[in-house]
Amino acid sequence: MSRTTRRSAFAAATVALALTTAACSSSDGSSSADATTSSSASGSSAFLPQHKGGTLKLVAHAAAGSIDPQVNYTLQYWQLYQSMYDGLLSFKKVGGQASFTVVPDLAAAMPKVSNGGKTYTFTLRKGITFSNGKALTTDDVVASFQRIFKVSSPTAGTFYNGIVGATACLKTPASCTLKGGVTGDATANTVTINLTAPDSEFPYKLAVPHASIVPKDSPTKDAGTKPLPTTGPYMAASYDPNRALKLVRNPHFKEWSREAEPQGYPDEIDYTFGQTVESEVTAVENGQADWMYDPPPADRLNEIGTKYTAQAHVNPLTAFWYATLNVNMAPFNNKLARQAINWAVDRSAVVRLYGGTNLASPACTILPPGFPGHVDSCDYTKGGGKTWTAADLATAKALVKQSGTAGQEVGIVVQDDDVNKSIGQYLQSLLTQLGYKATLKPLSGNIQFTYIQNTKNKVQLALTSWYQDYPAASDFLNVLFSCAAFHPGSDSSINISGFCDKGVDAKMQSALKTAQTDPTAANTQWGAIDQAIMRQSPVVPLINPKIIDFTSKRLGNYQFSKQFYMLVGQTWVK
Amino acid sequence: MGQVSTAAPELATVEARRSPGPWRTAGADLLHNRSALAAAVVLFLVVLATLCAPLYAHHIAHTDPFQSHVSGTTVVDGKTVPVLTPSSTGLGLGVTPIGPTWDPAHYFLGADNQGRDVMARLLYGGRTSLFIGFTAALLTCALGTVVGVVAGYAGGVVDAVISRVLDVIWAFPVYLLAICLSVVLLTDGLHLGPLTVEAGSLWLPVAIIAAIYVPYIARPLRGQVLVLRNKEYIQAAVGSGAPTVRILRREVLPNVLPTAIVFVPLMTALAMLTESALSFLSVGVQPPDASWGTIIEDGLGLLYTRPAVTIAPGLLIALTTAALNVLGDGVRDALDPGARLRGGV
Repeated sequence: MSRTTRRSAFAAATVALALTTAACSSSDGSSSADATTSSSASGSSAFLPQHKGGTLKLVAHAAAGSIDPQVNYTLQYWQLYQSMYDGLLSFKKVGGQASFTVVPDLAAAMPKVSNGGKTYTFTLRKGITFSNGKALTTDDVVASFQRIFKVSSPTAGTFYNGIVGATACLKTPASCTLKGGVTGDATANTVTINLTAPDSEFPYKLAVPHASIVPKDSPTKDAGTKPLPTTGPYMAASYDPNRALKLVRNPHFKEWSREAEPQGYPDEIDYTFGQTVESEVTAVENGQADWMYDPPPADRLNEIGTKYTAQAHVNPLTAFWYATLNVNMAPFNNKLARQAINWAVDRSAVVRLYGGTNLASPACTILPPGFPGHVDSCDYTKGGGKTWTAADLATAKALVKQSGTAGQEVGIVVQDDDVNKSIGQYLQSLLTQLGYKATLKPLSGNIQFTYIQNTKNKVQLALTSWYQDYPAASDFLNVLFSCAAFHPGSDSSINISGFCDKGVDAKMQSALKTAQTDPTAANTQWGAIDQAIMRQSPVVPLINPKIIDFTSKRLGNYQFSKQFYMLVGQTWVK
Repeated sequence: MGQVSTAAPELATVEARRSPGPWRTAGADLLHNRSALAAAVVLFLVVLATLCAPLYAHHIAHTDPFQSHVSGTTVVDGKTVPVLTPSSTGLGLGVTPIGPTWDPAHYFLGADNQGRDVMARLLYGGRTSLFIGFTAALLTCALGTVVGVVAGYAGGVVDAVISRVLDVIWAFPVYLLAICLSVVLLTDGLHLGPLTVEAGSLWLPVAIIAAIYVPYIARPLRGQVLVLRNKEYIQAAVGSGAPTVRILRREVLPNVLPTAIVFVPLMTALAMLTESALSFLSVGVQPPDASWGTIIEDGLGLLYTRPAVTIAPGLLIALTTAALNVLGDGVRDALDPGARLRGGV
């Protein structure tokens, strides 16, 4: 799985992408939660003092780099930041679908939106103190927004480029002032953010860790391994990426909103790095660790699923794994050839390669089930139907013949981990069956994602995946398939297929505009856009993955947030 | 090593009347070496089995070992079962490939995670591993011999330059060098003037392995040539005005050739191990081609559930390299007069 690299890669890939949207709305209009969720909302909502205390032990094969919340772009640490840092807004710290809801955090209430959706006014909560003992002020908020640009936060150019003054900050980060963009009024205890254009997704962007509020005197460079003071229930006492991260209670924390930042149960959270994934499983089984970050290896899944059923928590993710087909290069510049691959791929085989039906489900749309805008639809299933049931190799072979592309060479670029490589081998075998001369190029996960984006590398077919940043259909469709997301010759061309359809682009702009006033109608539009793109077949949706959290016997109050996964601070070990 | 001079034909003729000749003697010695003979038999059987790979795959197992059968089925004890079985107990996590059935017609050694017949892949993988090992060893020995002889005989600047280049190659940890070369060449292939080797070609690992082991052959041969160069019969040939190429071909090469030949089985074993290691690290043989190294890699994720996928190629690598080493020792003993004397032959 590429949960760690995904966000890092996304950062690099979307620098030039502008999300032009409007108005303030945090509604997601999403459909119901996935029925297969095993334990997503089983936790306790009220604080139970009898469970307070103890040390929660987490393990991971490797650390996730800088601990700076405005720099780090990995799910591994974003998960931890939920109990450490706060923004003006936050995703609700609960399990299940409600975790997609944005609630006021350091702000006392949801912002007052004016000026046609371009001005957001926040009133800060009073009495909040950083872990270094200093009180939170409007100056800290203004400085934090400036710092996003000064430290060149990975999403500075994508999430926050709509703030007035952002263009200048992106050009010369060191002298960033966001003049006219973010202003504080210490007397009124308010902060005003002005946008150049309405952005219906702005509240989501304020709720992710890159918009965390840190002290105004924080260094204007990546803090690296030196933790910044926190406002949440925990602060980092020490951090050595080669060994461990230790979180202890923030002595100045007082719970101000249970749904935005609930107090945590463990007194300490010890995160140890450097073990192999196999030994992580054994450590959790033996109670030497309470949770492992990495997905369990394939040969331990059966053991976990049979002997440790109470300790394994499986939850669907709003993500999809897919194969990109380069629409600007032979043979996939031929629509029939692209459609042939969509007909031919046996999604159930990919599900098996991923770990079985309880760890993934076949995908036939770009938007994952349960995600805003998703509509059950499948143009490429044997016998027709709204969901994928079986591959149709005969139709695929006929389309390949009709396209006249049989015999052509196709390079398949995948990451070199076990799961990606085995899916790649399956695709290679399938393409050979269809009459292509397929070769497999497994590349290190560190480089594969940027390699497949650059058109200079002439990648014809690549296996990759996309995990949501926030619950909006545009985070999949506009980000991955708009003309603006295609940058030939750049490592930051997240529209990997090179798909650029003016008609579809216009529809996406229309949906973004509709979202400003009518999110439900916008989601209907996004569903139609999903289907329109799939008819062009620039990608082959393969699976919607699930995550397995393997926890120790003593760990209690497991809750799964759809936004940031297991709520670490809400688990108890006593 | 024995030194054979052709500078004095008359003496050689007399010698020939007394004994059957060094090569024939060596051959006879080798045939009397039971360990070497057993190793040769083992090798022969391994090679024969791998040559029969298509026969086994197409006429016995009826399978294509290079095609995925993820959703396929097979017959075990008269029942149709999936090749990859999803867990149906507990939370139903994971998928397990079918294990050894010990039925040659249906997944004799079980399946890998792509649902491919492990036995068929082992046989095909053996062909690849042996091909790469033997070809790379031959290439290494040929290159090493040329480089060593030229450096040793030429001396001076030529020797200094060649020796320093060999030192530089020698200074790199061999696997690190091989991995670096593989990573670079695997993406775009090898393009050296008119010579082009495609990225997925088996000749790429052959070339890489051959290149990294050249110093292992060239350096000892260079030392041997340095000694030979000062021998009387070489000096006599030089003094009589014989051309350098002729001296190298007729006086030097016959004396260093036994050493080079001794290296062949040993280098084959070493090259096979290197190929397996590189393939295990995904920088050697590329899918869908199989080698014993790639099969071990395929089996790594099945270590707890289907260890046979890893153990079987591992055993074959161990058996084959052990046989090659024993055979190599036998060849060395046979070609080394000192060994013959010590053995009282």
